Amino acid sequence: MNGVHDMGGMHGMGAIQEEKNEPVFHHRWESRVFALRRATGAWGKWNIDTTRHEIELVPAADYLRLGYYERQFVAFIETLVKRGMLTRVEIDSGIPARGSPKAVPPLTPEKVAVLVSKGVPTSRDVPVSPRFQTGQRVRARNINPTGHTRLPRYARGKLGTIERDYGVFVFPDTNAHFLGENPHHVYAVRFSARELWGEQAKPQDSVYLALWENYLDPA
Amino acid sequence: MDTTRRDFLTTAVTVAGAAAAGDLAHAEDHGHGHSHQVVPSDPTLRVKSLESLLVEKGLVDRAGLDALIDAYEHKIGPRNGARVVARAWVDPAYKQRLLADADKAIAELGYGGQQGEHMLVVENTPAVHNMVVCTLCSCYPWPVLGLPPVWYKSAPYRSRSVIDPRGVLREFGLELPEDVEVRVWDSTSEVRYLVLPERPSGTEALGEDALAALVTRDAMVGVAKLSPRREGSAT
Repeated sequence: MNGVHDMGGMHGMGAIQEEKNEPVFHHRWESRVFALRRATGAWGKWNIDTTRHEIELVPAADYLRLGYYERQFVAFIETLVKRGMLTRVEIDSGIPARGSPKAVPPLTPEKVAVLVSKGVPTSRDVPVSPRFQTGQRVRARNINPTGHTRLPRYARGKLGTIERDYGVFVFPDTNAHFLGENPHHVYAVRFSARELWGEQAKPQDSVYLALWENYLDPA
Repeated sequence: MDTTRRDFLTTAVTVAGAAAAGDLAHAEDHGHGHSHQVVPSDPTLRVKSLESLLVEKGLVDRAGLDALIDAYEHKIGPRNGARVVARAWVDPAYKQRLLADADKAIAELGYGGQQGEHMLVVENTPAVHNMVVCTLCSCYPWPVLGLPPVWYKSAPYRSRSVIDPRGVLREFGLELPEDVEVRVWDSTSEVRYLVLPERPSGTEALGEDALAALVTRDAMVGVAKLSPRREGSAT
């Protein structure tokens, strides 16, 4: 979707604010939001693309106004309700619905070590031939889907060069919406800064994007 | 919009507005001239209520939550990445493996996992400067750098890094020579990037541990260069 989250190249966002000796979390509730999202994710009722898209769906003005964990929290509540893990009534009251069964949590302390150290790979070992070769010129497609995509607006329609084949990965555009993993090749595509931003950019500078084959056409 | 989201936002907006109006009584000042992550008491209560509900329904395990937080507050951070960098500086064969297959080379030192399942290491040289951003969200290589700082997740860094990397670096105090080639890596897929900074001059006599102590988080994101003496904190 052409949301405000897709902010590469935008002006007007202000200066970068560094904080010396920044803590990992600024408030306890931030750490709890972080952990709750991971722990409920272990139920397998959604995937990383779903959660990213839910954050994109936070209304634009709110997205910009809220902090990182505030955005995550409002999006998390939407996900919990949409995937049937909690009802709005339960969330508003803080009380489980009458007669709701007591589940067994999947993410125990022992399993945390595994999740943290192994992760959740999104590469897939399936025989899909690459459509492009290293060094090949490609053009990013001019697509404007209303759902989830990882092709930023600033690269759409632009000419680039395949620099590396990262292998085969789950496709976020379908996976986010539970429309299948549709795994295919992801490439490092080099776009010259001049191609993206015009004459103001230095001729030798470039931006590398990791793009799925479905985002690209031969040029 | 549902009631839950609206209520949460209303409260957040009210407090942010108070801070913007200069009423810092309700904001948290970090002692460096600005406030951010202004937090109403509301999220504390709301998050607590949600956690209790999820625990009561058996959907999450509180000890599991604590273990997750402990991992990222105390165990996983930029010291991991610094060890990778220092090893690459002292061991040319390791560096070669690191640049060729980062996942395997990083795993040799015992690191890897969530949000670093697929890694690429890019090398800074006098001629090429790499820096990393995620314009679409806040993707970051957790196993080697920990969770990202606020500036990395912020709109200014996400919006400007791709269009004006040199201006962004200048704000970090790094003025690059005109003829250096800047490569910005936008983390649009599940591949995560670690910058291998240049080894500072005058460090030839230092061992691996002393070298690791020189390596900062910012240098591994590509927004800083390293000096022979450690200036900042990587943690």
